[in-house]
Amino acid sequence: MTSILIPGLIPLADAEPGNQALTISLFTAVVAVTLYITWWASRQNKTAADYYAGGRSFSGAENGLAVAGDYMSAASFLGISGQIALFGYDGFLYSIGFLVAWLVALLLVAELLRNSGRFTMADQLAFRMKQRPVRTAAATSTIVVSIFYLLAQMVGAGSLVGLLLGVTNSKLKAGVIVLVGALMIIYVTVGGMRGTTWVQIVKAVLLMSGTVLITFLVLLKFDFNISKLLGAAASKSGQGEAFLQPGLLYGKDLTGQIDFLSLGLALVLGTAGLPHILIRFYTVPDSRSARRSVQWAIGLIGAFYLMTLALGFGAAALLDTGQGSAVRDSKGNVASPLLAEIVGGGPDSVGGSILLALIAAVAFATILAVVAGLTLTSASSFAHDLYANVLAKRRVDEKSELRVARFAAIGIGAIAIGLAIPAQKLNIAFLVALAFAVAASANLPALLFNLFWKRFNTSGAVWSIYGGLISAVVLVFFSPVVSGTKDSMIKGADFSWFPLSNPGIVSIPLGFLLGVIGTYVGRDKSSEDRYKELSVRALTGAGAEGASKH
Amino acid sequence: MAVSDEGEDPVRQRESRAYEAVHQAADFTELKRRYRNFVVPWTIAFMAWYLAYVACNNWARDFMSHKVAGHINVALIFGLLQFVSTFVIAALYGRFANRKLDPLASGLNAKYKRERRR
Repeated sequence: MTSILIPGLIPLADAEPGNQALTISLFTAVVAVTLYITWWASRQNKTAADYYAGGRSFSGAENGLAVAGDYMSAASFLGISGQIALFGYDGFLYSIGFLVAWLVALLLVAELLRNSGRFTMADQLAFRMKQRPVRTAAATSTIVVSIFYLLAQMVGAGSLVGLLLGVTNSKLKAGVIVLVGALMIIYVTVGGMRGTTWVQIVKAVLLMSGTVLITFLVLLKFDFNISKLLGAAASKSGQGEAFLQPGLLYGKDLTGQIDFLSLGLALVLGTAGLPHILIRFYTVPDSRSARRSVQWAIGLIGAFYLMTLALGFGAAALLDTGQGSAVRDSKGNVASPLLAEIVGGGPDSVGGSILLALIAAVAFATILAVVAGLTLTSASSFAHDLYANVLAKRRVDEKSELRVARFAAIGIGAIAIGLAIPAQKLNIAFLVALAFAVAASANLPALLFNLFWKRFNTSGAVWSIYGGLISAVVLVFFSPVVSGTKDSMIKGADFSWFPLSNPGIVSIPLGFLLGVIGTYVGRDKSSEDRYKELSVRALTGAGAEGASKH
Repeated sequence: MAVSDEGEDPVRQRESRAYEAVHQAADFTELKRRYRNFVVPWTIAFMAWYLAYVACNNWARDFMSHKVAGHINVALIFGLLQFVSTFVIAALYGRFANRKLDPLASGLNAKYKRERRR
C-alpha cells in the first residue's frame, strides 16, 4: 500500500505505484494536449459561426472523426465490451441498434438539416414556424436530453477514473467529477465548437488506435480463429453455448421481449434526434461534406463495434468474470482495461502496465470529448434559442449572445457537477437509454415532419416535442427502473405501473401521433408558405449558410 | 441575422421570388422525385431488416442458435449481416447522391443565385 501525492490534489491509495504514476502521466498528457488545442482554437474564433459551428470549415473526414468521437462514449467503449464479457451475445445487441441508426441520419436528416439550419436543432424548425414556441420547445428537449446524457457520462467518469486509478473513496471520486467538469467547461467556453471538434478528433484517433491494438493482441492469442475465441469464451463463462445465443440478458418472458423491442426502436430512431449529434452537421461547408461525414462515421463506428466484439469475448475467455470478480463488480466496465493488461503480458509485466495505463488514458479522453460536446450543445441552445430569440426577442448583438453562451456553458457544467456528485451511487445505465428514447420520441418526429410534411405547423411541432418528452420521462418514472424491484433507483417503494424499462414503443408512436393531432388542432396554415423555401433550401442548398471566410 | 418573418423587406422579397422560381423548375421536381424514390424504399428495407433481427432475437431463438461453422451460429452471422447491410446502404446512397442528386442540386443552386440577383 503506497500513496502518491499529486500536487494540489489528493493522496491516492491502493494501486501499484509504478503503474499509477504511468497512468497519471498519460492522463496529464491527454489534458495538456487537449488544453493546447483549446487555446489554439480560441485564437481562430471570431464570429458566432466560429463559436457555434467551427466556422463550418471542417472537411467531411474531419467531421466524420469528430462525429464518431462524439458518439462513442465511455458507455459504449467500456460498457458494451463489458456487457459482452458478462452476458455474451446479448451484450452485442446495443451496438447493432447504435450502428443501424446512422442510416436514418444519413438518408433522412444529415444533409437536409445541414442546408436548412444554422446553429441549433431549433433553427431548422424555426425556419417556417413561430419562433418563440418552437424554439422554447426544442431548446427544452435539447437541454433535457443533453443533461441526461451528460449526467450519465459524469457519474460514469467518477467511478471509472476512480476504478482505473484505484480510488474507492467517494470524496475522491467527487474530486474526479469536479476535475472532469472543470475541464469540459474550459474546452467549451474557451475553444467553442472548433476546439471541441478537435478534441473529439484526437479522442477518436486515440480510441481507434487503442482498440485496434488490443483487438490485434486478443486475436493473436487465438490464432485469428474467431470460432476458437468464441468457444473459449463460452466454456470459461460457465454458460456453455448459451453464452453465444440470445437470451442471457433480454427477453426472458413476454414483457421482457416487448421491452427489448422497445429498446431496439429507441436505439435505431434516437441517434438521428440527439441534439449533440445534429449540431455536428453544421460544422461542414455543404451537404456533400455532411454526407461524407456520416459515411466516415458509419465506417469508424462500425469497425469499432466489430472490435468491441473481440474485446468482449476476449475478456470473457481470458479474465475471471465470476461472482466477486472485478469485472462483475464493476458491471463489466473494467473488462477492457483489464483485458489490455492481460494481453500486454499480465499484471506484473511492463507490457501489461503500459497497456493498462494506455487504455485508461483513452477512456479518460473519451469521457472528456463526449461531455464537452454535450455541454456545448446545451449552452448553444440556451444562448441562441432561449436567450437571443425568445427572451431578448432578437434585439441582441452577436457579441452578447456569445457571452451568454459562455456563461451558459459554465452554468450547465456546474449543474452537471452538482447533480453528478450525489448521483454517484445511482444506476446510470438507464440515463443513456432514456436520452435515446426522448430523442426518438420528441425530436425525430418534429424534424421529419418539418422536412417532409408541408401541412406541419407550430402547434404540431410543440405537441410532438413536449408530448414525446413528457411521455418518455413519465413512463420511465413509473417503470420498474425507478421503483418496485430490488434493482430500482428508489428502494423500498413501489409506485410503478408501466411494466417496461424502455418507454420507446409507446412514446415514439405517441410523439408522431401528437405531431399530427397538434397540426390539425392548431389549424394554422402560415407555416405552409415557407415550406417551399424550406424544401428548396434543404434539397439544393440554395441560400444555405456557407463556410466562413477568414 | 436571424431569419425574418416580415415580407416587406426587399432583400427578403427577392429571395422569396428566387425560391419560388427554383421550386417551379422541372429539375427540382425531378430532384425531389429521385431523392424520394431512393430514400423511401431503402428506409423501409433497412428498418424491416433490423426489426426482423430484433424479432428473431426474441421469438426465433432455436433458429438463431443453429450452429453454422464451429462455434459460429446464425445469431452472430445475422448480427454481422446488419453491419454489412449498413455499410452497403451507406455506400450505395453516397454513390447515388454523388451521381444523381448533386448535379441537379448544384444546377438549381446556381439558378437560385442568378434569380436572386435579378
